[in-house]
Amino acid sequence: MKVKMLSRNPDNYVRETKLDLQRVPRNYDPTLHPFEVPREYVRALNATKLERVFAKPFLASLDGHRDGVNCLAKHPKSLATVLSGACDGEVRIWNLTKRKCIRTIQAHEGFVRGICTRFCGTSFFTVGDDKTVKQWKMDGPGCGEVEEPLHTILGKTVYTGIDHHWKEAVFATCGQQVDIWDEQRTSPVCSMTWGFDSISSVKFNPIETFLLGSCASDRNIVLYDMRQATPLKKVILDMRTNTICWNPMEAFIFTAANEDYNLYTFDMRALDTPVMVHMDHVSAVLDVDYSPTGKEFVSASFDKSVRIFPVDKSRSREVYHTKRMQHVICVKWTSDSKYIMCGSDEMNIRLWKANASEKLGVLTSREKAAKDYNQKLKEKFQHHPHIKRIARHRHLPKSIYSQIQEQRIMKEARRRKEVNRLKHSKPGSVSVVSEKKKHIVAVVK
Amino acid sequence: METAPKPGRDVPPKKNRLQAKKKKPRRYWEEETTLTAAGASPGPPGNKKRNREPRPQRPKNANIAKKSRVSRKRQLPKKPRERRNLEPQRSVSGAQDPFPGPAPVPVEVARKFRRIDKSEKLPHSKSKTRSRLEVAEAEEEEISTKAARSELLLAEEPGFLEGEDGEDTAKIRQADIVEAVDIASAAKHFDLNLRQFGPYRLNYSPTGRHLAFGGRRGHVATLDWVTKRLMCEINVMEAVRDIRFLHSEALLAVAQNRWLHIYDNQGIELHCIRRCDRVTRLEFLPFHFLLATASETGFLTYLDVSVGKIVAALNARAGRLDVMTKNPYNAVIHLGHSNGTVSLWSPAMKEPLAKILCHRGGVRAVAVDSTGTYMATSGLDHQLKIFDLRGTFQPLCARTLPQGAGHLAFSQRGLLAAGMGDVVNIWAGQGKASPPSLEQPYLTHRLSGHVHGLHFCPFEDVLGVGHNGGVTSMLVPGAAEPNFDGLESNPYRSQKQRQEWEVKALLEKVPAELICLDPRALAEVDVISLEQEKKERVERLGYDPEAKAPFQPKPKQKGRSSTASLVKRKRKVMDEQHRDKVRQSLEQQPQKQEKAKPLRARPSALDRFVR
Repeated sequence: MKVKMLSRNPDNYVRETKLDLQRVPRNYDPTLHPFEVPREYVRALNATKLERVFAKPFLASLDGHRDGVNCLAKHPKSLATVLSGACDGEVRIWNLTKRKCIRTIQAHEGFVRGICTRFCGTSFFTVGDDKTVKQWKMDGPGCGEVEEPLHTILGKTVYTGIDHHWKEAVFATCGQQVDIWDEQRTSPVCSMTWGFDSISSVKFNPIETFLLGSCASDRNIVLYDMRQATPLKKVILDMRTNTICWNPMEAFIFTAANEDYNLYTFDMRALDTPVMVHMDHVSAVLDVDYSPTGKEFVSASFDKSVRIFPVDKSRSREVYHTKRMQHVICVKWTSDSKYIMCGSDEMNIRLWKANASEKLGVLTSREKAAKDYNQKLKEKFQHHPHIKRIARHRHLPKSIYSQIQEQRIMKEARRRKEVNRLKHSKPGSVSVVSEKKKHIVAVVK
Repeated sequence: METAPKPGRDVPPKKNRLQAKKKKPRRYWEEETTLTAAGASPGPPGNKKRNREPRPQRPKNANIAKKSRVSRKRQLPKKPRERRNLEPQRSVSGAQDPFPGPAPVPVEVARKFRRIDKSEKLPHSKSKTRSRLEVAEAEEEEISTKAARSELLLAEEPGFLEGEDGEDTAKIRQADIVEAVDIASAAKHFDLNLRQFGPYRLNYSPTGRHLAFGGRRGHVATLDWVTKRLMCEINVMEAVRDIRFLHSEALLAVAQNRWLHIYDNQGIELHCIRRCDRVTRLEFLPFHFLLATASETGFLTYLDVSVGKIVAALNARAGRLDVMTKNPYNAVIHLGHSNGTVSLWSPAMKEPLAKILCHRGGVRAVAVDSTGTYMATSGLDHQLKIFDLRGTFQPLCARTLPQGAGHLAFSQRGLLAAGMGDVVNIWAGQGKASPPSLEQPYLTHRLSGHVHGLHFCPFEDVLGVGHNGGVTSMLVPGAAEPNFDGLESNPYRSQKQRQEWEVKALLEKVPAELICLDPRALAEVDVISLEQEKKERVERLGYDPEAKAPFQPKPKQKGRSSTASLVKRKRKVMDEQHRDKVRQSLEQQPQKQEKAKPLRARPSALDRFVR
């Protein structure tokens, strides 16, 4: 007879002294871990609920401006520095860690229309309603010196926007036309127009740095190549586009913030159909900015809210609002992809977390592991109705909520009518136009 | 400067030229080959001389290595695996790895950890979904191999009992086993002689550390059976029908004559649950925190012990219920009835999930193994049957016992114990995932009284038997899972660990509605509602947005876009599609015929008589 009984030595399973860590032997055999899926589901449900519990995105409000904040700019080298221009011509430089204004400049008479930093971070440019372009030093004046711009360029027309090239000493302004300037000269190197309407914004492509995009009030988006004297092509939409923003990771993708409450993500190689139509806002979208990862962007709207959209989704994943925040005019996603800043009508700049429930500060390795695990669980069970409902729920101010309902009814009516028309007409005579193609009027090359 | 050594000196010229031509980058640890390389490449003259001298004495293996390198180069695109076998990778120290490549993974172990069935494909899935699924599958496979590889780290081996050639293990008595094993294991065999309060029901706590037993005449006791330390002993002055630990050893549910009572580990009565009356059997579902009670009145009641609410009270409509067991795999309750059926229940449904006709007489005992694959039943017809619970509920094997088994229990490793009168028989299978073979018992034991309760101790090779004369703890080598998971049920856990575990377990309490036959159903795609949704969407929109548009020929330039040519092109595409369809159907047909063929490979003369 050969016999062996299971006989464990307790010394292998119990810690020796109280100062030791407890011994936890593991066995991953599935029969010892029954109900794996239901338990993971419950964990995912709990994680989703906790995410909503901890969703406190609002961090700080920077007040100091004496008029609505019209434009914002990030510092290319310092995460903590932000520049803002107001409607009374004042430019302020803020320190985000101290949440204080570190410098104030009376830059223009009338609005500061645009502000941008030089790629090296030593100076910045502003344009204003007083038909000037000014270049300023990033550092304040020394003791006894007077606050003065480095250069001032007097133009003939009002400039409405400015953007700096990402690698060279070149910047572009827009107004009646798109002007490309060399920093050393007082007259534009080249001016480009297509049509006769005022251009509201111009943006350099961060990857293919000689490409530019602009949008004008005659409802079009025009693309330029800096190396050519003429524009490349343009797309005409149903309504006016307020700004565009290039995707910092994919050179050919840009997103346009439109007056018709939607945002359109275009592939510049095929402008006739947008890649995605992002709809959730209930009023005109005024500004848009990409996250440095290129996966998401944030949009500011006249409906007093800020929304975050994934690039490949047509619905927003997040909406930020407060009782006091009025029409949001400008928005920026910080370069560490963690925070969002928005400047609004009521003279404040607000700082938000990009991920509403994220814990700030240094995480211990266990915290990090738990966070990753929960994230994966939420991802795995995201389509389950109960979890989806909790994850999607957002509180909205009454004005936005009722607007959404109203627009849903209007949209439903339009759709019903379309279906009826399709149903009662000769087959083939009425075609269904997809939502993507509906808003594009024409593409001109 | 001289570059290549002159031909015809020490080394065959061909090879040298080859070397000179290749000029491969060399590393300092490649000893012999470095020399030739240094000779081939431009270097200082002093070096060159030194290099050339040792060449005649060069060991043979250098040549071999060079050859193999060349041959390796050629083989590389074809058989990269063979190459690895030929020449094990070299480390910096020059030592060879005797076990090159990743550690091998036994196939059956990896299969144990596999969670996704690759054979099933989703209908009408988009390419994006499909690619995402492929990524998930690849990840899953990697994880399962990693988990299988980690089996190596398990510390304990399962126990076993083998007779010498021809010796029947069933003849081996408990006393023999006790004599043969070490002292610590021998101490696990004991008899509690409690004739006064007889027949006893018993239950081990989920960690296997504690034992509770209750006698018909009201004696209830719990003890730490490993150290034999008595935790509490009371007499409830009422008949005790069944006894069960709740999620930890601190709480104890006792089905008494009238009502269900809950005691703590000091014997203090915490609750008297009057909504569960005349309870005959108790089962606890630890992950759902549900206490299932079967009563004389024919009700199956689920009590949520974390909040104290009755979740469901189901009328089984089959009279008195006194045979009950749980399926540990999916938390379905199996009830045995007097008409020979076993019904499967979940609190989410008012009707049984399934009914299985098992015996000609009434069902006396039911047990389900830990993987939820096999169910053993015994009936008044003296039969012991084993059913497959995967899908069809068919009996796998049956055996007639002289007395018929009144009590059945499965161990963690798939041993089946049956109590027949005052004898306990234990059958063993081939392994953990195979059903016990009923031909030859593995062990038998005769007790001093009739068996009234059987329970295998988790994580210990021990079978607890409650009988008329008290409680016996039997040694059954190879019954229990040797390696426990410290985060699930740790026999050695401290109080602090238990408290922490309790909080975590409560946080992830599975809702009672999720109990169903397949616990993995929650992670699978609900194809039925998906198709329904799509149908509704098409109805709502008035057209199918995902339908492929019919081919529309593009207009062509320079007058080639006449109506006739358009129609012609359209017809061409339609014909092509039609041909594809026909080709596909033709390809499928021969396969069917081929399948049919091998049956009658060669025509026989006797075929003519076949009707």
